[in-house]
Amino acid sequence: MITIRNAHKHYGRQTVVNNVSLSIQANSLTTLIGSNGAGKSTLLSMVGRLVDGQGEFLLEGKPISSFKPTDLAKQLSMLRQSNQVSARLTVRELVNFGRFPYSKTRLTTKDHQLVDQALSFMDLTGFADKYLDQLSGGERQRASIAMVLAQDTTYVLLDEPLNNLDMAHSVHIMKLLRRLVDEHHKTIIVVLHDINFASCYSDYIIAMKDGKLVQHGNTEQVINSERLMEIYGMHIPVAEQGGRRYCLYHL
Amino acid sequence: MHAKRTIALLSLCFLASVLAFLLWNVTSANLLYHLPRRAVKLAALCMTGSAIALSTLMFQTVTANNILTPSILGLDSLYLLIQTMIVFLFGSKQLALIKRHSEYLLSVVLMVVFSLILFSLLLGKRNMGLSLVLLLGMMFGQLFGGIASFIQMLIDPNEFLTVQARLFASFNSVNTSLLFVSSLLFGGVFLVVLPNLDTLDVLSLGRDTAISLGIDYPLKSRLFLVLVAILTSVATALVGPVTFLGLLVVNLAKQMAKTYRHRLLLPVSCLLSMTSLVLGQLLIERIFQFNTPISIIINFLGGMYFLSLLISRGKA
Repeated sequence: MITIRNAHKHYGRQTVVNNVSLSIQANSLTTLIGSNGAGKSTLLSMVGRLVDGQGEFLLEGKPISSFKPTDLAKQLSMLRQSNQVSARLTVRELVNFGRFPYSKTRLTTKDHQLVDQALSFMDLTGFADKYLDQLSGGERQRASIAMVLAQDTTYVLLDEPLNNLDMAHSVHIMKLLRRLVDEHHKTIIVVLHDINFASCYSDYIIAMKDGKLVQHGNTEQVINSERLMEIYGMHIPVAEQGGRRYCLYHL
Repeated sequence: MHAKRTIALLSLCFLASVLAFLLWNVTSANLLYHLPRRAVKLAALCMTGSAIALSTLMFQTVTANNILTPSILGLDSLYLLIQTMIVFLFGSKQLALIKRHSEYLLSVVLMVVFSLILFSLLLGKRNMGLSLVLLLGMMFGQLFGGIASFIQMLIDPNEFLTVQARLFASFNSVNTSLLFVSSLLFGGVFLVVLPNLDTLDVLSLGRDTAISLGIDYPLKSRLFLVLVAILTSVATALVGPVTFLGLLVVNLAKQMAKTYRHRLLLPVSCLLSMTSLVLGQLLIERIFQFNTPISIIINFLGGMYFLSLLISRGKA
């Protein structure tokens, strides 16, 4: 379980995360939604200790700051939005880094197995020996996700993992995340912009607006026109089909 | 595998240049005169060469920027200012009289203290961020350079010549005991860095990924910056401003080795750096009869190489 108490972050006078407190159930897929600049990424980065700010962040009851960095990297991994790598390396070399917290750069057979598995999960086996700068944005994004998967942590934070991805790969990744939660008992928090993916795949949805937490509940509680009006400030019709809710926001 | 072949090839080049440097014009009659003197010079060349390569490599990795050199910290300018101030305050005769040791110590201590003050801005409550600290370093460098040239205007033209001689790196008169002290410092830094080469690999993925992979980023980035400052200060105090070389050899090394692994990048850049210094010094001594500073030769040849690289890439 991840507990956040009174998270607060401001840059100068601008408050980006405003006194957010919430708990995230272990073994669940939680989605963070909200407009641009709502503070989703900052909140996630604060949990992933990439951004420091005020507030308490607990992982299974222990403050995240009290973990040794290497120990924490075996429990919690994070993918950020932009993953520009200036070093020249191949997809496999990047994914190998996912095993760094366990084996540094001396990978064992088990490490190599996990790397191969992550590569095939992300449909990258054919690209493994290509250099990152020869790949398209979507392929690079998948390589970054593969690295996080290879890290094989119980808690996984993903900031807009579907960036640059086509529909087929987006669906594939969401299904994979679902499987990781259901079969491998991971706890995954993911920032998504497509609320239909949030609606169809997540256990819980957290909505933020102007740095504040406005909704936290399961799909039925959050995905309805009234709540979406609060979150996005626009009228969004919701249709139901096959027991799932779809937001028709394109019109 | 590619990188290992590069290392083997470069080692051969390095050995050849060392032999040429040591044995040029040596006969059985003058062997005992030439060899010890050349060996001291060679040691200074190799040490500063690898110190510059290592410091630039670390600096580029920590700052995630392939076109920076530690000279952006303003240490070169600070060194010039110190030299100018000594001449201004005590006169060039005094400079010749005060022991080279005290001047060396003063330069090293001042440069290291300055960089520690600069880096301490990265610590504490007012965490300023790396780019702002680098910008400050650059600004201070300009300030030091400005003050130095102002004072150079004030001093006697003859004394200015003494200062000017120090504006360029020179291996022609390296003090043996200073060389020994410097080698201890360099050795210490290398011993700290070698077990951390893996960490540098991860840092080259960028701050966020490094943190996510369990690197204690604030600690490690500061450690590497302090080491960079020590290496640069010691090398500069020993032979004069030499950071020009770093940009060249580290980029060349990245080009040739085609890898991100510091375990391979470090030896390649050190070998390149040492070979070019030894060959440059050989050219100066045998062809230019000590008339040209070594930085001019290396910048000239290096610039030509970079241009040819750009042109050949443009065609491809």
